[in-house]
Amino acid sequence: MMNEKIIEALQAQFGEEGVYGVGESHGILQVTTAVENIVPMIHFLYAHPVFKFQFLTDLAGIHFPDAKGQELGVIYHLHSLENNVRLWIKAYAPIEAPTFPTITGLFATANWMEREAFDFYGIIFEGHPNLTRILNMDEMDYHPMRKEYPLEDATRHDKIDELFGR
Amino acid sequence: MSEIALVNSPNVGLDKTQKGGPYVNELSTLNLGPTHPATHGIFQNILTMDGETIVDAEQTVGYIHRAFEKIAERRPFYQITTLTDRMNYCSAPINNMGWHMTVEKLLGIEVPKRAQYMRVIMMELARLTDHIVCNSILAVDTGALTGFLYVYQWREFIYEIYEEMCGARLTTNMGRFGGMERDFTPVAIEKIQKLLKELPAALKEFEGLVMRNRIFMDRTQNVGGISAERALNYGFTGPNLRAAGVDYDVRAMNPYSSYEDFEFDVPVGTKGDTYDRFLVREEEMWQSLRIIQQAMDNLPEGPYHADAPHYYLPDKQDVYHNMEALIYHFKIVMGEIDAPVGEVYHSVEGGNGELGFHLVSDGGRTPYRLKFRRPGFIYYQAFPEMIKGTTLSDAIVTMSSMNVIAGELDT
Repeated sequence: MMNEKIIEALQAQFGEEGVYGVGESHGILQVTTAVENIVPMIHFLYAHPVFKFQFLTDLAGIHFPDAKGQELGVIYHLHSLENNVRLWIKAYAPIEAPTFPTITGLFATANWMEREAFDFYGIIFEGHPNLTRILNMDEMDYHPMRKEYPLEDATRHDKIDELFGR
Repeated sequence: MSEIALVNSPNVGLDKTQKGGPYVNELSTLNLGPTHPATHGIFQNILTMDGETIVDAEQTVGYIHRAFEKIAERRPFYQITTLTDRMNYCSAPINNMGWHMTVEKLLGIEVPKRAQYMRVIMMELARLTDHIVCNSILAVDTGALTGFLYVYQWREFIYEIYEEMCGARLTTNMGRFGGMERDFTPVAIEKIQKLLKELPAALKEFEGLVMRNRIFMDRTQNVGGISAERALNYGFTGPNLRAAGVDYDVRAMNPYSSYEDFEFDVPVGTKGDTYDRFLVREEEMWQSLRIIQQAMDNLPEGPYHADAPHYYLPDKQDVYHNMEALIYHFKIVMGEIDAPVGEVYHSVEGGNGELGFHLVSDGGRTPYRLKFRRPGFIYYQAFPEMIKGTTLSDAIVTMSSMNVIAGELDT
């Protein structure tokens, strides 16, 4: 299977401790790695003669407030069009210093994706050519997709969780 | 053209020491948008112009950002369907079905064959409306109004089919988790058959007016082109990528909803310019008609929805007379049903390309995280590169042929 070969190749390149959280979710392979491994790993997969992960489908930020030291994450969704294999690479950073390396050098499309992750989660992509807000207004002083920002007005009384047994 | 405000750039002032009059070497800044009729949506482009030529462009997006991803984190799954309508509103059923299929993947619901075929028919109808809008408006942007009138009435007709299927026209909220909310009515079948019989003539007429029209070809050929490598690097998908010569189509590569049962071609272009994008969309409309014809001919008998009482609303009659149905009805409507823990990604071939839903569920009644992969958001960032060195009128047709939809771009 392709997925096993990818894992073997990644572990040979980055060591067992560099590639963890290996799993498969509905046919999509996922691995977790350290922040400093992201750029080498994506370059390795891009240039690999067989895998050829040369299409960045998506880049999503995610926030887990309870995971101490690993609150903010980025999910890189790569697609090898030649083999039709998808891969999620995940990495996490503490919320106090959420810095990730940029991959705009490899994928032009990462430009706006990273700006979006910065806008909504406050993830800093070091080396990004223009890391500014993209969908929200510039004056905003918070990052709205973080879990601590509630969506609905706290004054509403018709949606108390307790009344619904939540 | 009153919306175009021509102002002197604050940065690049007049070089008064230069001889030969004040206009030599002067760059001007031109605000294209945010509300300009030729941009078909709320997009702002700050163009730096050297006379007629575009030197640089800076985009501002987000004018109709409605925080869908944040709202989705507070909503039960079925209430998110209405959010997907409002993304690419030119082909809303594709978004609806894509979202339903994502959740079905998470829940593990098997959809019956008839419902899958019905979904294919509705999605291809939606693709037809999407491409009719894009191509006929492109013709209008180059000055050809007549062709638009021939095909646009068929878009209206397809909206009547939507009405028959779900009661709405633009924001359809069509289908349910597990299938469709109702079977095809005789009127719907009659209308689809009429469309299959009569749209080809209108499409031919439109193509006869526009496709080999000298003026149209001069306006669109070699305008706003992009190479296959750059298009892939920019994450292009859909007709815009295929126009550049890459045959990536989600329907063919990762078939969903029984697309593997149908025979259709994936048209590709060579140059990736505006004319190629137009041709690819034209051919896709013919392929959509082919798929709809096959699906109508082979429409299987059987139920139009899965037997998934936890997620599929029961019949109203049953709600009044059957206790289980009443309980499920209440729980579904109140959004009290928890989803399993998991992470899924499902993508469909939207009107503009790969429309993906990345859903992270922590086992609650709402998604923990929902990321929409909107094709428009991703490929629109290549726009400055595509228009550099061309003129303003070329920028307008390039944007028109990329089919950027503001609702999809800004979520």
